[in-house]
Amino acid sequence: MSEEKVRSVDKATLELIEKAQSDKISTVFSRADEIKPCPIGVEESCCKICAMGPCRLPRSKKEEQKERRGVCGATIETVVARNFARKVAAGAASHSDHSREVVETFIKAAKGEAQGFEIKDEVKLLEVALDFGIEIENRDPKEIALELGEKALQEFGKQHGELTYIKKAPLRRQEIWRKYGVVPRGIDREVVEIMHRTHMGVDQDYKHLLLQATRCALADGWGGSMISTDLQDIMFGTPVPVLGNINLGVLKEDHVNVVVHGHEPLLPELLVVASKDPEIKAMAEKVGAKGINLAGMCCSANEVLMRHGIPCAGNFLQQELALITGAVEVMTVDVQCEMQGLKDVAECFHTRLITTSNRAKIEGADHIEFHPETGLDTAKRILKIAIENFPNRKHTVHIPAYSQDTVVGFSHETINYLLGGLFRASYRPLNDNIINGRIRGVAGVVGCNNVRTTHDSAHLTMIKELIKNDVIVLTTGCAAMACGKAGLLTPEAAAQYAGSGLAEVCEAVGIPPVLHMGACVDNSRILIAATAMVKEGGLGDDISDLPAAGAAPEWMSEKALAIGQYFVASGVFTVFGTTWPTLGSERVTRHLFEELEDMYKGKWAFEPDPEKAAKLMLEHIDKKRKALGIDKARERVLFDMAMRRALA
Amino acid sequence: MSKIIASAAIRGAHKIYNRAEEMYKMALEKYGPDQEVGFPNTAYYLPIIYAITGIGVSKIGEMGKILEICRKLIPPPVKERTHLPYLAPALDAGMATFFAEEIIESIRYLEEPNLYLANSEDVTETNIWLGAANDLIFRKRGVEFVDGTAPGFAAIVGAAPDPQTAAKIALELQEKNLYVFMCAEHEGKRFAEQLIESGTQIGWPTRLVSFGPDISAAVFAIGFACRVAMAFGGVKPGDFRKNLIYNKDRTYAFVLAMGTVTDEWYANAAGAINWGFPTIADTPIPQVLPTGICTYEHVVSNVPHDHITQKAVEVRGLKVQVSKVPVPVAYGPAFEGERVRGEDIYVEMGGGKTIAVEWTTSKRMEEVEDGRVEVIGKDVTDVPPGSRLHFAMVAEVAGRNFQEDFEPILERQNHHLINQAQGVMHIGQRDIAWIRISKQAVEKGFKLEHIGKIIHAKYHQDFGAIFDKVQVKIYTDEEKVREILEKARASYEHRDNRIEGMTDEGVDVFYSCVLCQSFAPNHVCIVSPERTGLCGAYNWLDCKASYEINPEGPNQPVQKGECIDEKYGQFKGCNDFVFKASRQKISSVSFYSLMVDPMTTCGCCECIAAVLPMCNGIMTVDRDYLDITPCGMKFTTLAGSVGGGAQTPGFVGHSKYNITQRKYLKGDGGLLRMVWMPKRLKEELADRLKKRAEELGIPDLIDKIADETVAKTEEEVLAYITEKGHPCLTMEPII
Repeated sequence: MSEEKVRSVDKATLELIEKAQSDKISTVFSRADEIKPCPIGVEESCCKICAMGPCRLPRSKKEEQKERRGVCGATIETVVARNFARKVAAGAASHSDHSREVVETFIKAAKGEAQGFEIKDEVKLLEVALDFGIEIENRDPKEIALELGEKALQEFGKQHGELTYIKKAPLRRQEIWRKYGVVPRGIDREVVEIMHRTHMGVDQDYKHLLLQATRCALADGWGGSMISTDLQDIMFGTPVPVLGNINLGVLKEDHVNVVVHGHEPLLPELLVVASKDPEIKAMAEKVGAKGINLAGMCCSANEVLMRHGIPCAGNFLQQELALITGAVEVMTVDVQCEMQGLKDVAECFHTRLITTSNRAKIEGADHIEFHPETGLDTAKRILKIAIENFPNRKHTVHIPAYSQDTVVGFSHETINYLLGGLFRASYRPLNDNIINGRIRGVAGVVGCNNVRTTHDSAHLTMIKELIKNDVIVLTTGCAAMACGKAGLLTPEAAAQYAGSGLAEVCEAVGIPPVLHMGACVDNSRILIAATAMVKEGGLGDDISDLPAAGAAPEWMSEKALAIGQYFVASGVFTVFGTTWPTLGSERVTRHLFEELEDMYKGKWAFEPDPEKAAKLMLEHIDKKRKALGIDKARERVLFDMAMRRALA
Repeated sequence: MSKIIASAAIRGAHKIYNRAEEMYKMALEKYGPDQEVGFPNTAYYLPIIYAITGIGVSKIGEMGKILEICRKLIPPPVKERTHLPYLAPALDAGMATFFAEEIIESIRYLEEPNLYLANSEDVTETNIWLGAANDLIFRKRGVEFVDGTAPGFAAIVGAAPDPQTAAKIALELQEKNLYVFMCAEHEGKRFAEQLIESGTQIGWPTRLVSFGPDISAAVFAIGFACRVAMAFGGVKPGDFRKNLIYNKDRTYAFVLAMGTVTDEWYANAAGAINWGFPTIADTPIPQVLPTGICTYEHVVSNVPHDHITQKAVEVRGLKVQVSKVPVPVAYGPAFEGERVRGEDIYVEMGGGKTIAVEWTTSKRMEEVEDGRVEVIGKDVTDVPPGSRLHFAMVAEVAGRNFQEDFEPILERQNHHLINQAQGVMHIGQRDIAWIRISKQAVEKGFKLEHIGKIIHAKYHQDFGAIFDKVQVKIYTDEEKVREILEKARASYEHRDNRIEGMTDEGVDVFYSCVLCQSFAPNHVCIVSPERTGLCGAYNWLDCKASYEINPEGPNQPVQKGECIDEKYGQFKGCNDFVFKASRQKISSVSFYSLMVDPMTTCGCCECIAAVLPMCNGIMTVDRDYLDITPCGMKFTTLAGSVGGGAQTPGFVGHSKYNITQRKYLKGDGGLLRMVWMPKRLKEELADRLKKRAEELGIPDLIDKIADETVAKTEEEVLAYITEKGHPCLTMEPII
């Protein structure tokens, strides 16, 4: 790869990539230069499901050449659809297994067996308990929580019926799902069934396969992910807007730096508690540090950032760079998106890499397993290791001087509150201002970083284009952190970047034009927010009627595909960037990009150019505005007595 | 909310909270925690706090927990850079501001007992501040919100640049039928004082209500709105969301900020937005145009005084129907309560000194020339100021759809139609009419013919569907007047006999009335000949006429259908209708009982009857009676528990007239059960009561009915009726 390639639009990232290069440390950026994406794998036209293959079925460049088939006779449609479905299954499994861990911890917390955990949001506990049909009158919150935890756990292993949360969706949407038979029965069952149906010689009709992919994705979005978000909120508190600080500059030279990386907020929550322990503080001072500086990385960062304002060191592609500062004493990792390369980078410094999940070890890394019963002790132990490691810094510390203030923590509940206060909380002002055109529409821009594109660039280009056109953006995951670093998560960004209508609404409410809604598992918050908009009225009666669109311009993980599929199946037009994993089959691609709209009123699109992708989203939003009849200005209605009487 | 506004509102809330806390601590120390506090004569405690939190504060000691709620509601100041979202916190701070101001104002009632005129509708020479409306005033005025005669109010804060501008704005608001609630000062001037300076009559009767001299008196306006929702909308105390949205949808109120908007004003404005009441300012403060919490914009600023009323009405989303009446003075319900006194009188007719009679009668089509108004005799221009004239007005109506039964209905309108002209005062009806015309009105060119023109224009506007033509003849010549008086009296007698003779059995159709469903969504009245509307305003004939005028309107015919229960007066057709019209809330109603399925009320009933179990009888109380009654509750508390469309056995709302109708609570034993009434009500109904008592065979029944002069508690009532040998004591047990 040429040296001219722009690696990132983030200055801190560029500074440390340069340092890595000069120190000759291998990072994701240098490895990407060395390894090109496999041309057959990139379009998913390779089948390695049985030992008669692997069969490679690349698209033929010559038209006369006969269509290729696998040795079993599998068509390219079957191969591509199977690969796609398996990715969705892996993504759904990841969110849901994270969720299961949360539920199990939740049950222990309810029993009082989880060290340092409690029920923090009783209001939400009661709300969620009601969703699960749990009796709440005159009952102890812990008892309700226990029943809720057990009921939630059953959602994973349920074999029949429908997932409980399905009924939270707009009625019209539920009807569509039932019509196509894609209502999930149990979370695990849908994953298992994909694995079965994609085994050699089972389901060999791509449309039929993709129905199950949808059912499995819905089991994630309206199941595993949603359960995880809700129970985390109950245990750790529903996020409310807080001021945070983001980018590698949050690391402090004179502090013991501990970076929490991964996805499950369980241990990080306890690290937050433990870091405030006077004994720990005193220990840190004893080794010459000014204190403990806890910082997040990836979605663990999002979780602790939005609940506690704990600074965030960066997103996915910055994980190795954090260690390259030479200032990190300990990095803990649990599950998902942790590069094995971390171990090699850590070895170049004094940094201790600690794996904490019983499901994830990295060869050569320390392993200190988190268990809810002893979580707080574990957290303290980890901090002590970090403190003891502080004097071992052997390299000059190089922390880029970049960090940015952000306002984060926009849960569905918070948005509801922010739009009307405690006494008049509702989505009415949002709907009203969409109807009157100040806000053109709503976009969910989410997802990962991908080293094959310029780090953060697509996120920012797309989001700036959207807000310039008065589209309010909801964001999660690494996309949210990209926005944070670029200053888009500040109220001041409204005047600077947003169109006049959106800016006016942001000024009225005092919010940024881009709202940080959490980690990637929190995309369910966006579904609930969209549903709340539908229920508030005036914007149709299904999510698909909303002037809204979704995107993951820098996606890389299988979780992103699961998310995308559940958004599409929930009626959202969803655009992905970087690359697209069904290009090996025109028919599968057409099915996803066109035919799904006839079924779910949502569909996929692939557009690597973020500006063009934003245009597609805007076109879709305008199409929906027209369908709603809100594409033209409306006359002010004045009310007389008879009209008021009719209000009832 | 703009950042500037939110920041200021939050600062203002802090200041007001601090003041409230200071006053609370002072009062706690000075009077102790058990000292009673509150606004005079109300069952709604400190009404905003009561409506929003459900907590009825009546003692100083109870204020502590309210201040604690305030502390939680008021956020820290807004940061200069990278601030957190401020709209919601500012709205919450605004709410806390009102809580704190209610505390402030209630302690002021204690500390400065003469600051406000207690229980007065009118201002005096020495004090112009009316303070919180007591429940009597509130109910009387609240009903106007319910029936639509007042669509809402303008809360004016501060002062206009000069008294003339103030008078002009007030007049414009009056012409739009709005109430004007005034408080606060701007550069030492106050809107209410400016109105007085300009010679404008202020007080509840002219809808120009001078609440208080300071910004904290804004709570009297907001508290009024809260009480409307609780009293007429059936909104329970503590159901804050319902109360706020009720007001947003139904009470068309807004804030006019006149002058420098201080932090405290901003805090109050932010609070008002919770109710959907926007602020319109005459200064160039920031605007908040995005919609959502109010119906339209939230803050609109820099509005010139020429346009401020129009702009305010538009921002609030109010459609005002202004009657066009060809008279040289302003015209509308807001002038109905205005008085013409001593010095100001140019000419006076009736009132005991001269004859004044009004008569509406039908004629054949060819006898009437529509719009013709004749004045026969002297007009105001023919007499010097301070004169008296005899007066007879005959409105001659003709039309294919006109029925004799409609004559009294039209005639009864004369009172408020004439009264609505600015500078004209009208009292009474029929041959006890009393009219004063002010010098100011005469100066503007008002003559007697204009009374006729009002009648012509308004009859057409309001009742056009039931007649085609009307002409008006006004006589001032004594001989002619006496001639008309004869004819009119004969006609009155004829009418009375006819109405008296009407029975529920004699008709197949009753009429519904959902006039007040704009305020009481679940309530529906059914009006029969022998059960007039409980508000006292609508009898069966009125409803019938109203239906003919507007077949889609609030009065609909109800086929009474099969009589299911003769004793209690239950009819299948009526039950079916009520079930539907009450939105499935009420399945059956008795026309003649308070014990079994009593009819509901919106809260604007004239009287409420309640069972007194120890006495084996019933009592009734009208809304003018402020004291506690033998059932242990004041009228206003009773209305609070039976209003809002709920069915509460043991209690029923009814009109005053209904007490002497033959079917009155027949199922429970009728008038013979009556053991207690307020003295004034007894006196008001004395003639009819006597007549009815004679019919019942106990001519001295009225003397056996206790009143407050002899009994205040149920025990005292029992003692009194036992002594008098009241018939109810020997009747079958009521329960």
